[in-house]
Amino acid sequence: MSETEAVVSIRQVRVEFGAVKALDGVDFEVRPGEAVGLVGHNGAGKSTIVNVINGGLSPHQGEILYEGEPGGGISRARAHGVRCVFQELSLCPNLTVVENTRLMHAGLKGFGWRKRAATLIRARMDEVFPGHGIDPLATVGSLSIAERQMVEIAINFLTVTEDPKLVILDEPTSSLDASLAEQLMTYVRRFVREGGSVLLISHILGEILSTSSRIVVMKDGRVVTSRPAGEFSVKTLVEAMGSVVKETARTASSGTASAEKVIALVPQGGSATPFHAARGEIIGLAGLGGHGQTRMLLDLFAESSSKWFPTAAKRMAFVAGDRALNGTFSQWSILRNLSIGNLPQLARLAAVHTARETAHGEDWKARMGIRTPDMNNPILSLSGGNQQKVLFARALASDATIVLMDDPMRGVDIGTKQEVYATLRREASAGRTFIWYSTEMDEVRLCDRVYVFRDGAIVAELSGDAVSEENILAASFSGEAA
Amino acid sequence: MNRLSLLSRKPWTWSFVAALATWIVTILFTGGASTASLTQATLTFAAFSVIVGLGQMLVITLGPGNVDLSVPATITLSGTVALKLMDGQDGMILAGLAVSIAIGLAIGIVNYAMIKFLRIPPIIATLSMSFLVQSTAIWYNRGLRVKPPEELASFTTSSTFGVPNTALVALLLSLAVWWLLDRAIFGRWISAIGQNAFSARMAGIAVDGCRLATYVLCAVLASVCGYLLASFSGGAALNMGAEYLLMSIAVVVIGGSAVAGGNSNVPGIWGASLFMFLVVSMLNTYGFGAGVRLIMTGLIIICVIVAASRPAGSAR
Repeated sequence: MSETEAVVSIRQVRVEFGAVKALDGVDFEVRPGEAVGLVGHNGAGKSTIVNVINGGLSPHQGEILYEGEPGGGISRARAHGVRCVFQELSLCPNLTVVENTRLMHAGLKGFGWRKRAATLIRARMDEVFPGHGIDPLATVGSLSIAERQMVEIAINFLTVTEDPKLVILDEPTSSLDASLAEQLMTYVRRFVREGGSVLLISHILGEILSTSSRIVVMKDGRVVTSRPAGEFSVKTLVEAMGSVVKETARTASSGTASAEKVIALVPQGGSATPFHAARGEIIGLAGLGGHGQTRMLLDLFAESSSKWFPTAAKRMAFVAGDRALNGTFSQWSILRNLSIGNLPQLARLAAVHTARETAHGEDWKARMGIRTPDMNNPILSLSGGNQQKVLFARALASDATIVLMDDPMRGVDIGTKQEVYATLRREASAGRTFIWYSTEMDEVRLCDRVYVFRDGAIVAELSGDAVSEENILAASFSGEAA
Repeated sequence: MNRLSLLSRKPWTWSFVAALATWIVTILFTGGASTASLTQATLTFAAFSVIVGLGQMLVITLGPGNVDLSVPATITLSGTVALKLMDGQDGMILAGLAVSIAIGLAIGIVNYAMIKFLRIPPIIATLSMSFLVQSTAIWYNRGLRVKPPEELASFTTSSTFGVPNTALVALLLSLAVWWLLDRAIFGRWISAIGQNAFSARMAGIAVDGCRLATYVLCAVLASVCGYLLASFSGGAALNMGAEYLLMSIAVVVIGGSAVAGGNSNVPGIWGASLFMFLVVSMLNTYGFGAGVRLIMTGLIIICVIVAASRPAGSAR
């Protein structure tokens, strides 16, 4: 065995979720003493590769080797020193820091384990984040989000019975301020110098460039570039993430939008760009997933409708992307799921008019092409794409002038997408306004105007020909530390 | 698909099958002698469970965690206050009813205010409310036993065309609630909230308004029940609501409404209420002691629930 045996290497790995190829034959490895930066836009396959490496996801094809030995699984990954700091924090809020440390490190056992754990975790926290001021006996729930992230990072760098060999950091600085982020990056560089390996994912390209020794760029489930960090600049990195093929011509027709503003907001969340929307406009909310786009849609909707009084005319309608979370009613039929958004118009004397409801259902079944023999079948008998059509129909059937869409095309087949795009165009030219959060570049390019979000705020407004993949990527990834 | 198999798919069928079976078994023991009187008594007493159960059913429809435990105290307070106000005078019958309803309105509003603004889980909020209400009833009652107005007492204890008047009132209220739940927009709204409150919110439903209305309806139905029950039994007693705590929840569950919310039905409340009274009558007829009777009641309820809990998922 050579001393440069990779800590982990995956060969020709394929992972598919339904029709979506999350990883399409990927070769990837991390060697000892290497800090690999992993970048790519939404859906490029970053999270999937992380989950394959930490053993949480078995690839459908291909093999995975830890220090040259084949075989996957979470326990094997851990046995070979693979640690993972998750983007969504994985600490138990009702337990103390020490108890959370014990959960990750089964080696802390026997009489007096709390004391040993407290000593170990305090020492490691002092090392990574000098002057942190966190009490190891504090309950995690009482810590701030930044402190929790610091604790989670320290726990993963801890040595109890075995040393960490590869630490995966998935957006580790998302809740840390600049000085804490710098402390972490300094520690990561030292850890790597001493022979450890790190896999770093971040939307702050400055961190990636300054910390990584090698940068891997992913796109559409493939590794497109893997080169030493020194060969990249912020500009070339953004270019590498973009499409290999030439962009298709924009199909958006900007002529339909009128000057009549339907929403105008003052800049929020530390952003300098105000948000506004005009009648008949299709507005895209872009940027990496979870950077404040959904929050904005929910806030807009909450302002427009009362929680106490039924409103006769609705101003906004919402199309869910996470259907089970805030879209469908699982015990109901397709028809009831459709008509719930529009009951007052289908009612007489406060009672639902059955014949009118049925006609409404048949009408929208035909208009949206909902594929079902009977609208009285349960909603869950439909495929995801057809359920999504029902949610679209619910919004379009209402008299709302503004339709909010929360990444609604997630996991929808291409045919359905094309049908829905055409409907959106038609409705927009009829005067409806659409505010569309999408994680897919192709969809964002259909919009008249695009706001790019980063860290919960709007960082750029693009319109007309400026709506390009390159500009959106450049705005989604910040050059410097936050 | 024939009519019979269509019927057997309804979740409330089991409660009626159980009620009918219990009725037959009881009649068989007495050799048919008490058929009429048993039926009369069953309808009379089931009527009170139906009225309370309807309200509880609406609240349970709102989804996991929603339940109104202040029902027994509401019954007691409403009965106590109404009877003392009417003071046996026939002219005050409507005023007494109005006060009962007002008490229900107030309790319902306070219940939901605690749930919403103090963020207390419904089970705790309504339970603590029930202590407050019960204490008020004790303070107000002070051991008085006021007779109900003559006309009201005779109305609640007599029958029209052989059907007890209380059962007729319960039937009217059931029709109203059935319309509200199955036909009105309001019913769709509370069913939507019960399935997924977040989805309901994002579909534009005024979630808090609906919940408030539901808790108020439940308290009003309980207070109407208290008014009738006190008049029927010749005076209010401080423990008159006690048995309706479990009863109101049991009739919802046995009646085939989903405990997790979102899917309720009115006929089941009737089947279950008749069944609950008949089980006690049957065990009485067979001469069991109080202890055995309680154990048997519990076992029979468990059997019915097990029988009734078939895989759900038939679309409506």
